[in-house]
Amino acid sequence: MTAISTQATAGPPAAATSTLDLAGVSRWYGNVVAVNDVTMRLGPGVTGLLGPNGAGKTTLLHMMAGFLSPSRGTVALDGEPTWRNPAVYRRLGLVSEREAVHTFLSAYEFVLASAKLHRLPDPEAATRRAIELVEMEDAQTRRIGTYSKGMRQRTRVAAALVHDPQVLLLDEPFNGMDPRQRLHMMALLHRLGDAGRTILFSSHILEEVEQVSGTVQVMVAGRLAASGDYRTIRRLMTNRPHVFGVRSTDDRALAVALMAEASVSGVELDRTGLTVKAGDYGAFTRALPRIALRHGIRVRQLLPEDESLESVFSYLVEA
Amino acid sequence: MSTVTWITARGLFGRSRFLMLLPLPLVLIGLAVLCRSLGVDPGQWGPPVLVGLGLAVVLPVVALIVGTGVLGAEIDDGTVVHILTKPLPRWQIVLPKLAVAAGVTAVTVGVPIYVAGVLADSVRLGLALVAASAAGALAYSALFLALSLVTRRPVLLGLVYVLIWEGLLGRFVSGTRVLSIQQWVIALADRMAPTPLLGTTVSVPVAAVLTALVAVGFTVLAIDRLRSFSVAGETS
Repeated sequence: MTAISTQATAGPPAAATSTLDLAGVSRWYGNVVAVNDVTMRLGPGVTGLLGPNGAGKTTLLHMMAGFLSPSRGTVALDGEPTWRNPAVYRRLGLVSEREAVHTFLSAYEFVLASAKLHRLPDPEAATRRAIELVEMEDAQTRRIGTYSKGMRQRTRVAAALVHDPQVLLLDEPFNGMDPRQRLHMMALLHRLGDAGRTILFSSHILEEVEQVSGTVQVMVAGRLAASGDYRTIRRLMTNRPHVFGVRSTDDRALAVALMAEASVSGVELDRTGLTVKAGDYGAFTRALPRIALRHGIRVRQLLPEDESLESVFSYLVEA
Repeated sequence: MSTVTWITARGLFGRSRFLMLLPLPLVLIGLAVLCRSLGVDPGQWGPPVLVGLGLAVVLPVVALIVGTGVLGAEIDDGTVVHILTKPLPRWQIVLPKLAVAAGVTAVTVGVPIYVAGVLADSVRLGLALVAASAAGALAYSALFLALSLVTRRPVLLGLVYVLIWEGLLGRFVSGTRVLSIQQWVIALADRMAPTPLLGTTVSVPVAAVLTALVAVGFTVLAIDRLRSFSVAGETS
């Protein structure tokens, strides 16, 4: 086992939190490399696994969930390998992307079957709790075959949560959900993350990831392109000028003054205000108030315009 | 009843595929009743109906439909993931599924073959056919259950075994009969109720040992393959 795994077992007790460690994980199919040398550690909180279609997100998730063996490297939950080790499912829940449910069962029967398969001491109570968590009480006795896609998804989430796992992996969990269900699911993931659960969800929709999680793992062409808080990732991209939207009492005068500032590489003036490109995030944000004060200009608005996950992501994909 | 058994049985009887099981047993009973009511000599209709239809077609085809259905259908539609994401040793998944497959096959085949055996000869032959079919159901089910874990086309491969190996080669190349579940079932039934209606060149000890070996061997193979079950790794 790797040093990383040893650290994980030496950390907080498994009953409280769990850590999923990937060390040098690769997976290839013939000549095609789907996942290439990925090392990451997932701890408590919500993490978004982001990447364009075909980036290797699902392959990575399947390896984490023990449904695929890594061609190289190790995947371990609290130091135990996930591959060929069903015992890890006591602490791990999976909601796969493929919409697969036993349509001949009701949501209650489906979740109860999961609870019984987990050998929970009180499966009925666990089932009621999981169904409440996803707000499926009203339809719980109807056959799953009659459900909408979003309801099926929530039923699957309830089944994955019935044993209150420390780690929950979700592959594109918001697919097919309406905006209200989406918000509800986002709130649920937040709550679970805040309660110390390790939550990883994959998505290729930036808005979803941005709303649910500040921490991202960005996959591009099978590689882990970036990891951490996306705002921090953006600030570390020093070769990309930061773009700010600035509105003030005298935009033209401020534009002239800013051009003399070393950290500013370009200023654009239009009817709505200024668009400033700055090479150094910290230097510019410190210089602006000083410059404005010196010229008697009042800054009304300062907005970082490319600090969204979308711009971070597009920079990473372009790189 | 274990939860895996319950889900498997609900899944099996809940699919329209299950309706495919009904016509063959009905044809078997219908032919036996017809021959008997028309007063045809059992020596004439017994071998083609009992062996040619009952043991060579109804038993393996029913076993194929059920055996590939108990796990293969769940693999096809992805629902197997729900059972696999539980902390269960994989034998606790395979054995209940095998029990459901073998049990359903044994009952579906046992009833018509018993009726046909009684009409052709005696209650003893009927019971012998039921017991031998049950042993055959177990061996076939283990084989087809394992096939659904080693290939993506278990039905096709199962049909090749039943039609080509047992049906065609078994008829013309006598050596292949030693490795034919159908011939083992005939040998076992003939041992329990000796009758000229059943005939095989395979000895009873060989049949008994090979039936047990196939049942155990393919079950062990299925358990091992389920431990290493991989979900297709296509990326989204």
